[in-house]
Amino acid sequence: MLLRRLGLGAITVWLVSVIIFAGVEMLPGDACTAFLEREAKGKLLENCREDLGLNRSALTRYVDWAGSALQGDLGVSANGQKQISELVGYRLRNTLLLAFGAMVVGIPLALFLGVVAALWRDRPVDIFVSTSAIFAMTIPEFVSATLLILVFSVWLGWVPGIVLTSANAPLVEFFPEVLLPIGVLTLVMTAHILRTVRSSVIETLASDYAQMATLKGVPYWQIVFRHILPNALLPTINVVALTIAWLLGGVVVIETVFNYPGLGRMMIDSISDRDLPVTQAIALIIASVYVIVNLAADIMTMLANPRLRTVHLRQG
Amino acid sequence: MAETTSLVRPGPSARFGTVISDIMARPSGAIGLTLVFGHLMLALFGPFIVPYDYTEMDANFMLSKPSAAHWLGADHLGRDTLSRTLLGGREAILVTGIATPLAVIWGGLVGIFFGLVSGRLDEILMRVVDAFLSLPWILKMLVLIVTFGSGTEVLIPTLAFFYGIPVIRIARAATHDVVARDFVQAARARGHSRATIIQRELLPNVRDALLVEGAMRWSWMLLAFSSLSFLGFGVSPPTPDWGLMIADARGFMSFSPMGVLAPMVCLSSLIIGINLTADALAKALGIDRAQKAPV
Repeated sequence: MLLRRLGLGAITVWLVSVIIFAGVEMLPGDACTAFLEREAKGKLLENCREDLGLNRSALTRYVDWAGSALQGDLGVSANGQKQISELVGYRLRNTLLLAFGAMVVGIPLALFLGVVAALWRDRPVDIFVSTSAIFAMTIPEFVSATLLILVFSVWLGWVPGIVLTSANAPLVEFFPEVLLPIGVLTLVMTAHILRTVRSSVIETLASDYAQMATLKGVPYWQIVFRHILPNALLPTINVVALTIAWLLGGVVVIETVFNYPGLGRMMIDSISDRDLPVTQAIALIIASVYVIVNLAADIMTMLANPRLRTVHLRQG
Repeated sequence: MAETTSLVRPGPSARFGTVISDIMARPSGAIGLTLVFGHLMLALFGPFIVPYDYTEMDANFMLSKPSAAHWLGADHLGRDTLSRTLLGGREAILVTGIATPLAVIWGGLVGIFFGLVSGRLDEILMRVVDAFLSLPWILKMLVLIVTFGSGTEVLIPTLAFFYGIPVIRIARAATHDVVARDFVQAARARGHSRATIIQRELLPNVRDALLVEGAMRWSWMLLAFSSLSFLGFGVSPPTPDWGLMIADARGFMSFSPMGVLAPMVCLSSLIIGINLTADALAKALGIDRAQKAPV
């Protein structure tokens, strides 16, 4: 069971690498035409392609690229001739700072609000929380980001609305600029997780064992903490994982709005600059994170749930 | 055969009426449907009611505050914000309105087919679908847009293609539920061809799930479309578009907040309207839609 999941994850990453490679191959021009710009013709172009090994067949280049990526070597960027792993490193750290900040605030908040909304179902608290969640979820990130900038930075002047710190500055320098981007991420993330927590708690409240406990005369709060929460929070793990995975892709827009030097903005820049190696590397990183996070969630769910833990024994 | 016709389910038009009234019976559904309908009407008749042409510039009113002449003020080029906001959804609604049915149709057919066939090919397809889904949408879209340009003729097939992929999953899962039932086995035993089974047994049963999925896809597509416009990869100026307008007016927020607020309210109300309608539709059709993160 576990091995099967690991295998499937590996296959997915491999397929992603093929799709990325094929997709980027489709882009018109290559690193050389982008680098040489107007002088990209004749001998010069040939020499450049020779240097970068672009004149080999696509298959050889794929094997080469995937092989070194496996060893952590993501190649060199087309323009700056710099190691990509070096370039990406700081960006990845900055994006992780965003994601981590949003998780630290968002997950506990979502759990709390979700449980509260479920326990007071259809009361004013629930209606308020659920409606706000729908708003936060459906409004495009660039809209909520712009709104937050307008309110907190233009009108109230509490926090800066744009990030001016350079990519490789120490983390401390990102405060307080990082607060608004984290706020936007937290908003969306909280809304998603909260909805699942709410429906899952409501479902558990209606289950036989919860009813049974009530009939036995177990105090309400004891039922909530002993019977409801442990069972209701299990499905949440998967949603948290999905949301984190979304977060790593969805930060693209948010990073652009705030001019935040993370992976997402780097991806947009690299696509417009036709910096193919960088594009490929970032896509591969994001996809791998997605697969790994989902895998981790599956494993956690399996470990936390005795029924799933033993499923392979019964299935043989 | 006259007696048996009374046993047949109500025709599509009668059912449509019931579903609509069912949606309108829920407060959230009524609000949602009204919002969507209002936006559609605005998109259709907007050009006849706007006070100014969307390209008309008036230097005297650059970044002006709301006034009698310009109810919502004017943007940095002196163009009327109200007119541009009212027209700002037409392109988005047109593009996503065409791309959504396309996505649902192709994703749905592929999904139903593989749900019926299953086996090795199905396994492989699902892995490819997973791989596609694990890439952020914006990366997929941008690669195609950078390759082929960013006109409407590129955006429609691009959106239709990528938003059809998650539909494959839904259609396949819905088909799996149906395939196991007796009537499909019976049709197989009668020796019907695959095409007949899909058309006669599967499509009617999977259609509701696809309808709800389509409504959800529509809102996500709008989100993608306006985000692309915002990032400068969507519609090109001077076409009025909410995403683009927000991007343009962002720099002048402190002088004229209306420039961002007006398109923000419009875009959000449309997307929320679609979501509320989709939720009510799911309930009206009796489909419990799992709360998923966007893919």
